[in-house]
Amino acid sequence: MSGRLVCAVLMIVALPTIWSAASAQTPKAPDTLEARVRACTPCHGVQGEGTDNDYFPRLAGKPAGYLTNQLIAFRDGRRRYAPMNYLLEYQNDDYLQKIAAYFSALRPPPQQPSVTEASPAVLARGKTLITHGDQMHGVPACSGCHGPKLTGMEPGIPGLVGLHASYISAQLGEFRYGTRTAPSPDCMQLVAASLTEGDVAAVAAYLASQPVPADPSPVARGTLAMPLACGSEPH
Amino acid sequence: MLTDRLASWLFIVGMFFTGFGVPAIAAGADDHALVAKGEYLAKAGDCIACHTDPGGALFAGGRALPTPFGTIYSSNITPDAATGIGNWSADDFYQAMHEGRFPDGGLIYPVMPYASYTKVTRADSDALFAYLRSVPPVNRPNRPNDLQFPYNNRQLILGWRTLYFNVGEYQPDATKSAEWNRGAYLVQGLGHCAMCHSPINALGGTPESRAFQGGLIPMQNWYAPSLTSNKEAGLGEWSIDEIVGLLRTGVSHRGAVYGPMAEVTFNSLQYLSDADVRAMAIYLKSLAAGTPPGPESSGVSSSESSLLMSLGQTVYQARCVICHGSDGSGLPPDYPPLAGNPSIQMESAVNPIRMVLNGGFPPGTGGNPEPYGMPPFAQTLSDDEVAAVVTYIRAAWGNQGTAVSASQANALRKVPLD
Ligand code: HEC
Ligand code: HEC
Ligand code: HEC
Ligand code: HEC
Ligand code: HEC
Repeated sequence: MSGRLVCAVLMIVALPTIWSAASAQTPKAPDTLEARVRACTPCHGVQGEGTDNDYFPRLAGKPAGYLTNQLIAFRDGRRRYAPMNYLLEYQNDDYLQKIAAYFSALRPPPQQPSVTEASPAVLARGKTLITHGDQMHGVPACSGCHGPKLTGMEPGIPGLVGLHASYISAQLGEFRYGTRTAPSPDCMQLVAASLTEGDVAAVAAYLASQPVPADPSPVARGTLAMPLACGSEPH
Repeated sequence: MLTDRLASWLFIVGMFFTGFGVPAIAAGADDHALVAKGEYLAKAGDCIACHTDPGGALFAGGRALPTPFGTIYSSNITPDAATGIGNWSADDFYQAMHEGRFPDGGLIYPVMPYASYTKVTRADSDALFAYLRSVPPVNRPNRPNDLQFPYNNRQLILGWRTLYFNVGEYQPDATKSAEWNRGAYLVQGLGHCAMCHSPINALGGTPESRAFQGGLIPMQNWYAPSLTSNKEAGLGEWSIDEIVGLLRTGVSHRGAVYGPMAEVTFNSLQYLSDADVRAMAIYLKSLAAGTPPGPESSGVSSSESSLLMSLGQTVYQARCVICHGSDGSGLPPDYPPLAGNPSIQMESAVNPIRMVLNGGFPPGTGGNPEPYGMPPFAQTLSDDEVAAVVTYIRAAWGNQGTAVSASQANALRKVPLD
């Protein structure tokens, strides 16, 4: 009986402190996408700028639609990189879309392009392919879809600047061998199949040697008359 | 033997093949209710996890299920007459769920969790069957299993059945509440929780006496903790609301789900009604009631501690504090606490090592659609650093786990993620 009384007295004394503790904010994780995607930034950079790891791509500024397509492809296993397939396995489309929009809107400060060891002849070949293509061998100009400044086109075509050469050549290889696929018609598969190994090395070296333009935003939807139809770029 | 059975089966199938799927049964109002009930029960049974290939058609099967004996491929359970179960009757279906036998009496591999589904009532089995009849038929022949000799002989299943399989619907316990019985029915039956949460022996069986005592899931290398001991994932100390929250949303103030449990939450538990998850929580809490809290093994010896713990603390301060806090309290439910979290102190250190190597995102659920993630550290930490930081979180802040070696960390690096 007396025990209960002591308790009651303690409660009364303690109540104001409990109240003040409850009204003081209990610490919570910041309700932001920035906090939510900390799982991604060690590889892609806090600003989506990429890292010095040759194979971890830049995300910042790429069209949100393109990034969403990639995240869904990783989740469903149509594009493979085990650590990312694993992280995204149980996420819904709506959330992936928000994550894509978040990285798409980031504008990290411009970085220095990596120093290239490619010869001037190789770089010149790369530049020609990108700006004019190679009609004899059926290669369309990359800039016809990826934009005159290679910053991509809304909603589905990514910019090609700010990427490392080994990442670019690996992606071209994956398109070519069908381990990376995009909605049909899969124009990049056709483009990649038209390139020789030397061409791949040349475009990769040239692209990696280019600075990211001050405004890396993609051009608006429908701006470019694309040389081929792409399933991921609806008209 | 297997190929024989398959060959004759394919022959029979060939004779029935018409080129058209079975049209969905015309449905009246009662049928609609039955189909809706069956759809709900299919979620409770997580049929999709095994019978749908990622990115593939619903219930068309063909999902590879690696086992220590080789790979088994799940079957097409759409109502396609030629390649699915379109020619099955409700009796055939009940026999598969209840007795683990094909319509011709042949034995089904226990990867199909009929050791649990046998507890399902006939009425629920019929509702499930009505629902499966209503999904679009898909023509997709079953892929032959890829099992090593002698496991490719289905007769071996007889041995497993004799030892570990008890046919029988769930029998309510009259001394317990209706809610408790509903929870037990779901956990033991459709939920097939024991399939992972039990020590798996070499034969792939789960002795009923050790159900829910935890075990390493073969091939996946995740440890499914004991649900009967508060030292592991026993929920005796949790409030009912906390258990319901964890099961339905994937996060809680005590811990988050990850690995195979994230799949269960994502595909199954998040869709169950509040009443059903509450019933499961009441049953689960009772399973562990009265067992002592906290792990019994006591920490890391002092010689180990000096080296491992100081390296571990350095790594922790540099990499983990931002989310889990220097006192290990996290920012629950978004960043789970590590201090006092039994799931990282268990005898098996597989789960915390894999969390550090692979990172994780709790599943996106109705109750937690935009979860917070943890980065993988496999790419940035050495084996020594992984071992040190896991040892540190297992022993800091009064945690009672044991030390972890670099070779343990190294071995888990090689586990395929998918
Ligand atoms: C362990 C490092 C790592 C982590 C962590 C990681 N990624 Fe990636 N990410 C990669 C690599 C490597 C690729 C390129 C994979 C390939 O195609 O081979 C990639 C590709 C991508 C792409 C496609 C980029 C493009 O231009 O096509 C997107 C989008 C992306 N990641 C988003 C994310 C998000 C969001 C997260 C967090 C949930 C994340 N990544 C976590 C390494 C990582
Ligand atoms: C017909 C339009 C078109 C042309 C021409 C084209 N591309 Fe693409 N490219 C695309 C589309 C669309 C995608 C996005 C595919 C996807 O959704 O995965 C893409 C993606 C890429 C990617 C992947 C980028 C990343 O971040 O992962 C690379 C690299 C690439 N293209 C290089 C090239 C090169 C080099 C050329 C010229 C030789 C070229 N493309 C020409 C449409 C085009
Ligand atoms: C853990 C994985 C798993 C889960 C969960 C699972 N199944 Fe299966 N099921 C299988 C595998 C594997 C087979 C094939 C076994 C064999 O070849 O002997 C199978 C076979 C079957 C068959 C026999 C069909 C045939 O023609 O071979 C039926 C019917 C079936 N499952 C129904 C279901 C239903 C209904 C559910 C949900 C309540 C379910 N399964 C959940 C793995 C699973
Ligand atoms: C496919 C295997 C699998 C199935 C089926 C499964 N679990 Fe789990 N479960 C795991 C693994 C692995 C863990 C450890 C990872 C974790 O803590 O999330 C776990 C963890 C748990 C935890 C502890 C979570 C925590 O954070 O402390 C609970 C509670 C639990 N499971 C309940 C259930 C219930 C109830 C069912 C049946 C409805 C079930 N599990 C079915 C594999 C499984
Ligand atoms: C960016 C925030 C973040 C960082 C940094 C981080 N974690 Fe985590 N951690 C999380 C989240 C979110 C989860 C829940 C993940 C899940 O459920 O898949 C988690 C889960 C865990 C778990 C499982 C907890 C449980 O409930 O069983 C362990 C163990 C863990 N982290 C350890 C670490 C260690 C050790 C480090 C540093 C090497 C670290 N974490 C760094 C956010 C983080």
